Amino acid sequence: MELKKYTISVYSENNVGLLNRISAIFLKRHINLDSFSSSESEIKDVYRFVIVVKIDINKINNLVKQIEKQVDVIKAFYHTDEETIFQESALYKVKSNSLFEERKIQNIIKQSQANIVTVSPKFFVIELTGFREETEKLYNDLKPLGLLQFVRSGRISVTKEKMGISEILNTFKNNNNKI
Amino acid sequence: MHQKDVLRTNNKMEKEKYNKITIKQISGAEAMIHCLLAEGVDLIYGYPGGAIMPVYDELYKFQKKLNHILTRHEQGAVHAAQGFARTSGKVGVAIATSGPGATNLITGIADALIDSTPIVCITGQVASHLLGTDAFQETDIIGISTPATKWSYQITKANEIPYVMAKAFYIARSGRPGPVLIDITKDAQFESFDFEYKKCLGIRSYNPLPEINTKKIDEAISIINNAKKPLLVWGQGVILGRAEEELKSFIEKTGIPAVWTILGLSALPTSHPLNMGMVGMHGNYGPNLLTNECDVLIAVGMRFDDRVTGDLNTYAKQAKIIHLEIDPSEINKNVKVDVPILGNCKESLGLLIKKIKQNNFSSWINHFKELYEIEYKKVIKGDLFPKKNGLTMGEAIESINKYSKGDAVIVTDVGQHQMVACRYAKFNRSQSNLTSGGLGTMGFALPAAIGAKMGAPDREVVAVIGDGGYQMTIQELGTIFQTQVAVKIVVLNNDFLGMVRQWQQLFFDKRYASTEMTNPDFVTIAKGYHIDAVRVTKRNELDSAVKKMMLSKKPFFLEVCVEKEDNVFPMIPSGASVSDIRLE
Ligand SMILES: Cc1ncc(C[n+]2csc(CCOP(=O)(O)OP(=O)(O)O)c2C)c(N)n1
Repeated sequence: MELKKYTISVYSENNVGLLNRISAIFLKRHINLDSFSSSESEIKDVYRFVIVVKIDINKINNLVKQIEKQVDVIKAFYHTDEETIFQESALYKVKSNSLFEERKIQNIIKQSQANIVTVSPKFFVIELTGFREETEKLYNDLKPLGLLQFVRSGRISVTKEKMGISEILNTFKNNNNKI
Repeated sequence: MHQKDVLRTNNKMEKEKYNKITIKQISGAEAMIHCLLAEGVDLIYGYPGGAIMPVYDELYKFQKKLNHILTRHEQGAVHAAQGFARTSGKVGVAIATSGPGATNLITGIADALIDSTPIVCITGQVASHLLGTDAFQETDIIGISTPATKWSYQITKANEIPYVMAKAFYIARSGRPGPVLIDITKDAQFESFDFEYKKCLGIRSYNPLPEINTKKIDEAISIINNAKKPLLVWGQGVILGRAEEELKSFIEKTGIPAVWTILGLSALPTSHPLNMGMVGMHGNYGPNLLTNECDVLIAVGMRFDDRVTGDLNTYAKQAKIIHLEIDPSEINKNVKVDVPILGNCKESLGLLIKKIKQNNFSSWINHFKELYEIEYKKVIKGDLFPKKNGLTMGEAIESINKYSKGDAVIVTDVGQHQMVACRYAKFNRSQSNLTSGGLGTMGFALPAAIGAKMGAPDREVVAVIGDGGYQMTIQELGTIFQTQVAVKIVVLNNDFLGMVRQWQQLFFDKRYASTEMTNPDFVTIAKGYHIDAVRVTKRNELDSAVKKMMLSKKPFFLEVCVEKEDNVFPMIPSGASVSDIRLE
């Protein structure tokens, strides 16, 4: 069994039950999700899920077909890291006094190219968007200096190849107008 | 005609048949009835309760147009809907209340999903303002049923009803059929609105009928034309796609021997000279062994279930595999195929027939005949014409054959009797073998037989059940008594959970853990429901009892007391190769 990381992109109707349906497909096969995120896509009323999994290379194709089989799924794809442009965002909440006490911290922020989102008398919040290694490095650097909170988003990604969702929807429209 | 054009004209016809229906200001509950009527439903199965009472009130008013059969348990309702769907080819409908009513449907829903049976289940739900409050009989049936349905939806407003119901029927019956669950809150049933119904003709995110790739057809033709030892294995896709005629023409033109999965049974008459029998765990000797000898395997409307393939690493490795299949997710799921042909097999077989070479494979077919002779001597003869004292399940089926002449619908439960019935029952026409194949649901047969008879009232329906499975849904005798639906019930009683006992004998050194049953007097129970009932314990009583049953115009119960510890052979031990099939 050869495990590999894939980014699964699912275009779907916005149906309340769909999230449940998609997660059930993973549950049934005992597959853990590395990350999951969803939002409206480039097309109005069409939603896009981005799911990252590590899975046997022989199983990914079948898994994605099971997702695509769901009535409310328009199309599902899977891609390797090389085939996508992807990012994650992380937020770091740090005590304000460490900003002044620890000169180091200012260098860390500068070097990581993170943004300062908020500064208040008690704490400040830093944001960094990038690859996992980058957000992780900043986490490791800030940890000894007093990290109050840390959170990282699921991966969001776009693909290098085109998805053709509008074409699918247009074909449907045209066929149905002819009926 | 190109398949897309076929689809288009069909849709056109449907559109003309069902013009838009509009009714001013009716309740959601009444709207549910109009949706069912618009979909051509005149018979539903169910069980009432608080959260679905407004719909039941309308069922009372509409009883002349829409017949409701009160089963004795919701599991009975859903299995009856499945039986109805499988003999009639229409969508079966089951209805239940919220909470326990809804959860009691789950086994049948899971069964319908794995066996691709078109049903729509309707469940009542607590009022929408109570959702999530743990109200009386509230259960998250959408959540519970999600992995077991093809689609589901919770209606909370009356104006969603027409669109959602139209979609439900369309999804249940189109493409690879399956179960749909519609949950409707009580306030949506009471709410009034202007009803407007249009049939659903398509959903943009759902493509039920993939277009056939003609290049793949040509590839398949050249492989088949060059085959020396081709074998065709068909499944229920042939029945669901109504491709029986195409299957027959295809094998007759090519001379290719054909074998079936348990759900494919009856699509081709038993007596057809190219029908070589069953594949799978308790299938026939030749079909299993020769799966590993054929050079081309043409799989039609089947999904390479593990009960069919045994060990995948040794399954048909030598063969080029062509797979005719409607569901893209089945392609390369279990078995890697050389030529996938997506689409309805009725159309793809039609395209293949046009260009395929006429042929015959008599020496290859002789192989099947030789292996049949071996199986006959070792297994079949003793099953059908036993010399020993005790009755066998096989001779009971053979006796049914004698009087059904192959024209009956046979509904089986799960276990030894199921395998024996499927091995030996004779069929002349399609949609005649109903069994719980994928899920193996004990308790399926009795309620499914009720639905089967109502779905095909002119046909004889015989349920063949084990003493274990019979007691899982025995309460449906009440439904049979009340409706007088003329099903024939045959219990093959071995006082054991026979199939489990067989495994205990073969693989657990005869440690019969909880498989022996102390059974009640089944004849008295049937008589308690005023159903004619007979028990047979001796060979010389069997034929006359079966004859009496088959001649009866009423429901009839027949108990056949069979040998307690008989085994079903041939058998492929689970996980073994089809080549390792055992005859004893
Ligand atoms: C609901 C359910 N529970 C358990 C099983 C496991 N099981 C499979 S066959 C079988 C024995 C069936 O016994 P019986 O109905 O008497 O039929 P026989 O095998 O004796 O013909 C059992 C328990 C099942 N298939 N379904």
